[in-house]
Amino acid sequence: MQRQKIVIVNTGCANISSVRFALERLGVEVEVSDDKQVIVAADKVFLPGVGTASAAMASIKQKGLVETLQELTQPVLGVCLGMQLMVASSAESKQGDIPCLSLMPGHVARMQANGLRLPHMGWNTVTHKNDDLFKGIPQDTYFYFVHSFAVPEYAHTLASCTYGSEFSAAINKNNFYGVQFHPERSGEAGAQLLTNFVNL
Amino acid sequence: MLAKRIIPCLDVRDGKVVKGVQFRNHEIIGDIVPLAEQYAKAGADELVFYDITASSDARVVDKSWVSRIAQVIDIPFCVAGGIKSIDDAGRILEMGADKISINSPALNNPELINALHDVYGQQCVVIGIDSFYNEATDQYEVYKFTGDESRTQKSKWQTIDWIKEVQSRGAGEIVLNCMNQDGVRKGYDVKQLKAVRDVCEVPLIASGGAGEIAHFTEVFQHADVDGALAASVFHKGIINIDALKAELTNNGVPMRKRHGLTAQAKGVNP
Repeated sequence: MQRQKIVIVNTGCANISSVRFALERLGVEVEVSDDKQVIVAADKVFLPGVGTASAAMASIKQKGLVETLQELTQPVLGVCLGMQLMVASSAESKQGDIPCLSLMPGHVARMQANGLRLPHMGWNTVTHKNDDLFKGIPQDTYFYFVHSFAVPEYAHTLASCTYGSEFSAAINKNNFYGVQFHPERSGEAGAQLLTNFVNL
Repeated sequence: MLAKRIIPCLDVRDGKVVKGVQFRNHEIIGDIVPLAEQYAKAGADELVFYDITASSDARVVDKSWVSRIAQVIDIPFCVAGGIKSIDDAGRILEMGADKISINSPALNNPELINALHDVYGQQCVVIGIDSFYNEATDQYEVYKFTGDESRTQKSKWQTIDWIKEVQSRGAGEIVLNCMNQDGVRKGYDVKQLKAVRDVCEVPLIASGGAGEIAHFTEVFQHADVDGALAASVFHKGIINIDALKAELTNNGVPMRKRHGLTAQAKGVNP
C-alpha cells in the first residue's frame, strides 16, 4: 500500500505546528499547504485553527479556499476552531453571526456555562457514540479543551462534553469530522484519535 | 467534569531549567526537553516555561527550544518571558506553544493585552502577576522585572486592581505568583488567592509555596483555583504527581485520570 498523503490546510492560524508535530509522532508524513491542488489530492485533510472565527474565515476567503474545502470528498478533520468553521455560522465575531464553511448544518454559540468560568480551559471527559473515530478510546476519557464558543448538541453530534450544559465535543457528517478539543494536546487518547482518523 | 490542573513550572535561563529561592540564587536542574518529556509522562496536566532572564535583560533570546518541546510533548504548554509584541507572541505560538504568558511587558504596555486578545484569541493570553504582600501597608503590590533581583521594582498597581484591568483587556487566564511564598515550600497564599478569586472571572492558577501534598488540597478546597503551579517539589522529587493526584481525588478535588486505551486501539495502518 502506498503511503498516505496527509495535508494540513494552512489557515494562517497558530496551532498548525502542534498538529503537525502530533502527526509526525505517529510516524506519518505531513504537508502544510494552502495550495488547492495539494489539498484536493490529499488522502486525509486537517483543518486546524485557533483564535476567532471571523479572522480564520477571512484568511480562508483571502486564500480562495472556501469552495475547495466544500468540495472535498476525502476524510477531513477540523480541530477546535477548525471544527467550528465546518458548520453554517458562528456567533464568534464582533459583527454578530458570520457565515462559516457550511460543510454541515449547525451554529456556533457562546457557551451556556451556567455560571462556570469561561474560557472552558482544561481537561474534561468526553462521551462518544462508538464511531470509528473513537475506536479504542474508553467512555469518559479526558481530552484537553480551550474555548468559549461551542456547537450545542444536535443531530450531527458524535461525542459530547458537559460544562454548565452539554455541547458537541465532536461532530460528523459524511466525510467531515470535527473535534472541539485538541487531540494534539490530549496525551495518549488524543494520539489514538488522530491515528483512528488517519486509518479511516 | 472539568479537572483541576497540576502544572509543573520550569524556569529557563540560557536554555537550561533552573530554580531559585525567592527569585534568587538559581541552580541548574537540567535540560529542558528531557524534563518536559518526563513531566508529560508523569501525569502533569500542563507545563509552563518561564524564560526568567528575558524581560530583565532586554535582549533577544533564542527560543528554538519552544519548537523542540512542541515536537516531543502531547500536553499543553505555555511560554512566558520577554514577549513584548504581537510578533514575539506569534513566533512562540507558531513554534507550537499553546499559550503565551506576559508579565512585565503587560505592566509597561497594557494595550498589548488587547492586541494579543484580538489577534490570537483570549484562550492563549495568560497574564502572570508577581504579587508581594507588604506587611507594613497590609496591601498586595504588583512587581515587575522579578527575573533579576537588581532590577526588580514595584509597579504602580495593587494586585486586585491589576486583575480587574487585565480581565477587562481580554486576559484568558491569570497565574498569580505570590512572591512571599515563592520557593520556601510553606504553602500557597490561600488568603490572597481567595481575595483574588472573588474578582477573577477567568481561570486562576496558584503559584508559589507548594511544599507538600496538603498544600495543594488546601488551595483547591479553600481558594477555588483552577490549577496549581509548582516547581521545586517536582524537580526535587519531593512530590510524585500520581500520588498527589490520588490524594487530591480522595479529597474530592476532580483530577484527570489516565484511562489507557481499550483492546480495540491500534496504530497507524501500514
